[in-house]
Amino acid sequence: MDNPKLRANICDMDTDIVITGGGLAGTSLALALAQTGMTVTLVDALSVDAQRQTDFDGRSYAIALSSQRLLQTLGIWPALDADAQPMLDIKVTDGRAGEGPSPFFLHFDHAEIEEGPMGYMIEDRHLRRALLDAVATTSGITHRPSTQVTAQNTAGPGVTVTLSTGDTISAALLIGADGRSSGTAERAGIRRMAWGYDQTALVCAIAHEKPHNGVAHQFFMPPGPLAILPLTGNRSSIVWSETTQNAARINALSDAAYLEHLRPRFGSFLGEISLAGARFTYPLGLSLANSFIAPRLALVADAAHGMHPIAGQGLNAGLRDVAALAEVLCDARRRGEDLGAPTVLDRYQQWRRFDTAALALATDSFNRLFSNDNPILRFARDIGMGAVQSIPALRRGFIREAAGLTGELPKLLRGQPL
Amino acid sequence: MQAQQSTVDAGEVAKFEAMAAEWWDPNGKFKPLHMLNPCRLDYITTQIAAEFDRDLGAAAPFDGLRILDIGCGGGLLCEPMARLGATVVGADAAERNIPVAQVHAEQSGLNIDYRHTTAEDLAAAGEQFDIVLNMEVVEHVADPLTYLTACQQLLRPGGLHICSTINRNPKSFVVAIIGAEHVMRWLPKGTHEWNKFITPDELFDLLGKAGLTPVDRKGFVFNPVRWDWSLSDRDLSVNYVTAALKP
Repeated sequence: MDNPKLRANICDMDTDIVITGGGLAGTSLALALAQTGMTVTLVDALSVDAQRQTDFDGRSYAIALSSQRLLQTLGIWPALDADAQPMLDIKVTDGRAGEGPSPFFLHFDHAEIEEGPMGYMIEDRHLRRALLDAVATTSGITHRPSTQVTAQNTAGPGVTVTLSTGDTISAALLIGADGRSSGTAERAGIRRMAWGYDQTALVCAIAHEKPHNGVAHQFFMPPGPLAILPLTGNRSSIVWSETTQNAARINALSDAAYLEHLRPRFGSFLGEISLAGARFTYPLGLSLANSFIAPRLALVADAAHGMHPIAGQGLNAGLRDVAALAEVLCDARRRGEDLGAPTVLDRYQQWRRFDTAALALATDSFNRLFSNDNPILRFARDIGMGAVQSIPALRRGFIREAAGLTGELPKLLRGQPL
Repeated sequence: MQAQQSTVDAGEVAKFEAMAAEWWDPNGKFKPLHMLNPCRLDYITTQIAAEFDRDLGAAAPFDGLRILDIGCGGGLLCEPMARLGATVVGADAAERNIPVAQVHAEQSGLNIDYRHTTAEDLAAAGEQFDIVLNMEVVEHVADPLTYLTACQQLLRPGGLHICSTINRNPKSFVVAIIGAEHVMRWLPKGTHEWNKFITPDELFDLLGKAGLTPVDRKGFVFNPVRWDWSLSDRDLSVNYVTAALKP
């Protein structure tokens, strides 16, 4: 007979997974994991009120189609649909201020990919609200807002996390979703490579006279790209890159003077414009963690990589991490594997790190090519755009990449449950 | 923590810990087993869940099931089964594996009953299990029919027997012996004797003669581009796995 002492397994942890950081990546990962039956403790240094601001502050995201499918599969989309602006078309133009667009421009039409719109524009406040509401009503998630992690220890069978409240939590795995200056990564001794640009993005929302018809525009200007992305109603989100020196000067201007600088850059096709929210500046840079994993630890989203926002790929890349890690962990749990085992974490790193480095380099070189007033490069860009425009297959490839539909997609991004 | 702990000489523990670390190093000596393990576990867990009507998404889905792993080694299959809630006995004919597996289970916070014994001795002692895992063993035994009959005796009626081995054909000779032992050096030379390999039809026949009803077979296929293993319905040409029930 079995030894009676051997009846019960004693690997009981307080929770399967601890996630640090309650932003967009942390909350969506907590939902994805809890929905497969795992227990998750979500530790966030910020308060719920700080995460859940209700006034529109001007920040918004271009959600790729694949990211929209993830939100749909997690059950979040119905709460967002009414506030989401479908992006039906993306027009890419090379131009110089005051000269208008060059004769060649790229025109990506959603009708060419037969998968609905190319993506959606969603305001930050709506996305946060939907995710936090779902976190609050999902069993299996213990949300600990206004709490910091002060220490993490991987000696012993799992990882033990010490909180600012003095509590300790044991888990099989700790996931850092705590942003660019991730304390989780720092405590694990993971360093990051970073490249700065002498560029700063000016971000704001504008209201305009004429409808945008769901069309997004990207103008490539010598100082940096200008993106005009459609929000619900007669509003658009502006991401306007300038040299850091120019950006500081423009940002110091009054609202009226700020708009005077903006008007000639995209012309009058939307009619009269006015500001529809606060103005922000973000210094542009690229960064990549030396490793996405460490013993009993994985990093996701901005904690793992920071991206040039040129193609709106930051949040989408973060959600790809979320989908890939959730799938790796769900499969491992169903097999009875240790969720924090090196073999399991390696699968996540293999899946995501190369992909991320490739995307970071691609957006980097794209930006270097376009943020330039060299006449030879400008000519090459015009020819290149003309070529892409005239070859439908090549254009479809660009559209699918922009919509996040290429590469080996995790199930959640294909709209399949785990 | 465990009853067996007291029987292990304290000076030996460090040595066993080092050996356990070697067994569980995904890039170490047992790398080929670590690479194959997710695929083996996918098959085993899916078969058990289907046969005993368990939901793999639930907490401790294998609660109440008693599982025997024959040739348990360092516990690469026993630990996942215990983590899924099963009561697990790991048996190995190599005595030195037992304390090594025990040390690692304790480090993982799992209770697993590891024993230095054989299928035949366990059957003679009247032990009964819901599931017998018989992975990569049958190609090493002297008399497969006697061995499989002992495995059958260890099962309760309605019990599930999962058995994997290597097919016998020119391809398996090239892949499993020349490739794995001589070229890749994944396995020590002499690990396998090709004439002891068994074709799927021969194994089904042997399982039937041992009193089991074969119900399923699948291939374990290595993809050199993706560098990992997957299950195949059609390609059983080298490594393959079978499921059989005790009536």
